[in-house]
Amino acid sequence: MSTQGLSELDLQKAGVRGINQTLQGLAKNTNQRHWLVRNPMGQHAIAVGLDAPLHVEVHGHVGFYCGGMNKESEIIIHGHAGVGVAENMMSGLVWVKGNASESAGATGNGGLLVIDGDASSRCGISMKGIDIVVGGSVGHMSAFMAQRGNLVVCGDAGEALGDSIYEARLYVKGKAHGLGADCIEKEMRAEHLEDLAKLLERAKRKERPQDFRRYGSARKLYNFDVDHADAY
Amino acid sequence: MDSNIPHTLPRKSATFDDYTLSEIRRAAQTGIYDIRGAGAKRKLPHFDDLLFLGASMSRYPLEGYREKCGTNVVLGTRFAKKPIELKIPITIAGMSFGSLSANAKEALGRGASAAGTSTTTGDGGMTPEERGQSKHLVYQYLPSRYGMNPDDLRKADAIEVVIGQGAKPGGGGMLLGQKISDRVAAMRCLPKGIDQRSACRHPDWTGPDDLEIKIQELREITNWEKPIYIKVGGARPYYDVALAVKAGADVVVVDGMQGGTAATQEVFIEHVGQPTLACIRPAVKALQELGMHRKVQLIVSGGIRNGADVAKALALGADAVAIGTAALVALGDNDPAYEEEYRALGTTAGAYDDWHEGKDPAGITTQDPALMQRLDPVKAGRRLYNYLKVMTLEAQTIARANGKSHVHNLEPEDLVALTIEAAAMAQVPLAGTSWIPGKQPF
Ligand SMILES: Cc1cc2nc3c(=O)[nH]c(=O)nc-3n(C[C@H](O)[C@H](O)[C@H](O)COP(=O)(O)O)c2cc1C
Repeated sequence: MSTQGLSELDLQKAGVRGINQTLQGLAKNTNQRHWLVRNPMGQHAIAVGLDAPLHVEVHGHVGFYCGGMNKESEIIIHGHAGVGVAENMMSGLVWVKGNASESAGATGNGGLLVIDGDASSRCGISMKGIDIVVGGSVGHMSAFMAQRGNLVVCGDAGEALGDSIYEARLYVKGKAHGLGADCIEKEMRAEHLEDLAKLLERAKRKERPQDFRRYGSARKLYNFDVDHADAY
Repeated sequence: MDSNIPHTLPRKSATFDDYTLSEIRRAAQTGIYDIRGAGAKRKLPHFDDLLFLGASMSRYPLEGYREKCGTNVVLGTRFAKKPIELKIPITIAGMSFGSLSANAKEALGRGASAAGTSTTTGDGGMTPEERGQSKHLVYQYLPSRYGMNPDDLRKADAIEVVIGQGAKPGGGGMLLGQKISDRVAAMRCLPKGIDQRSACRHPDWTGPDDLEIKIQELREITNWEKPIYIKVGGARPYYDVALAVKAGADVVVVDGMQGGTAATQEVFIEHVGQPTLACIRPAVKALQELGMHRKVQLIVSGGIRNGADVAKALALGADAVAIGTAALVALGDNDPAYEEEYRALGTTAGAYDDWHEGKDPAGITTQDPALMQRLDPVKAGRRLYNYLKVMTLEAQTIARANGKSHVHNLEPEDLVALTIEAAAMAQVPLAGTSWIPGKQPF
């Protein structure tokens, strides 16, 4: 470890507990902002609950919940991520250079999650304000019960996209293989193109906003009506 | 008609009784299932079907008021660095802000803290009112994750992962539009006024193996300090408790079908799940077989009303109990003083269960500012404190009568059952016999 520049942590030596204790223990105004985590070995709960403006580069694959409940930190994963990467993120950035498993960005409240590769099913499930940009495709039931925030998919979306969606906005460039209950295609207005352009730029994507379609809630299931009961 | 011919009296069907008929008419008119609060209302085998034997020639009683009878309980001794120590084995169950008014939440915190016990958040996040007023606050981790954030997680004294509730094992939360006020909507990040049906499965794990990893994450975020509870509805208590232990729980909460709810379909409340009495022994058996009884603590809830219920639950092997409905009644729910207003709502004091409509005259299950003002959190908190004290004294009275110097020393051997059903469920002998149905031949 050094006090300036890049500090290194070896998960094989420190264990998950050691890594998290070190990163969680840093003061918000620390000068020791840049961290490198080696040998993550697919372990779970790496770099969770961080609460300072750190920059953490993880070299290798991570297991479940990497970056869970993150606040302020930038966590870059040079590898694939297991279930629930950046789950319930509050702010900051989690960037997966490979693919992500199920429930990526689940229930996230804020911040940006970028997945360069594909994400599996339930990407953005119950999202509450997070922005998610996926370079590849997402699996089925993505944005299930999504409440707020944006999900951008540069590839295709699996079945039942946006099932029972609330106020989140979904942008898909490729094909959506079926929409879930109460999810419909919506008009792409100037404000949406503008938002989408910013999101693509933050995720360093080259796609053009006008090539995407927008999906969101028809708001027909917001209040119970017997004549809509068959929609489920 | 010839008045000389005897004619039979009008006879109502036992199958199609008045209640059933009214429900068919209501469904036909509205096209929606009946939603209500509270727990199962049908008659079920319960703690009233058990009796304590008391002391006799072979057991000495302890002197009331003079000889000590302990009531404290420590929860979370398995893994947590900071277990919770409570003065009494009666906790306040999770009830959401949203389903309850902020004043009601504050009153629960005041009463529980004064009595030395814990209170619990619910589906909707942690309010400053309840955190401020609760000495020991358990923070629920639910499928909806409304309001979930790492700061509140760290402010909590324990974390309760909710898998299910006794009133609706397999069902998610419900909060109808009338109660989604600005504040509730903001905390849950939802549009105001919608009928909100929470998810019933967690969004980022399925099954006990994943749950083990989820618990690891929660412990990592909170520095392995907080006790982690797992709450299950009374579905398959033997397996659920064993799996909860495997997943790494410090404490398991088992909630039987009499357990209250803020709002659920009537059909769910009355027809899914097992009675509390039927859940305790299988839960204890699972703990005993794993060598975890008293190491992973068991909290039982669903229809606990008085010190006798507490003593019986503990005698069957629980470490503590939780109360929901009874705590609300202590605050003032269903008080006959509001009878006129209950009548205006088409009900009567004692039967009012349309908690989802948010019109509670007692100011408890409402978000209406005017109604909510009726509940003075200080006075209501004092009533809850009194009630908790009485329950504790009652449980001690029973424990002393059975010769026990701590309520945890009560045991199944102190009990008999009044009915065959209760004897089978609680696995204690039918009174006057040595017969435990399903165990020993008569
Ligand atoms: C108004 C109300 C709201 C409730 N909200 C929740 C909740 O948010 N989460 C939960 O796990 N259980 C909830 N419950 C269930 C209680 O935690 C507890 O399991 C139940 O009330 C215990 O049974 P009892 O009411 O017979 O004491 C609620 C119950 C009531 C009465």
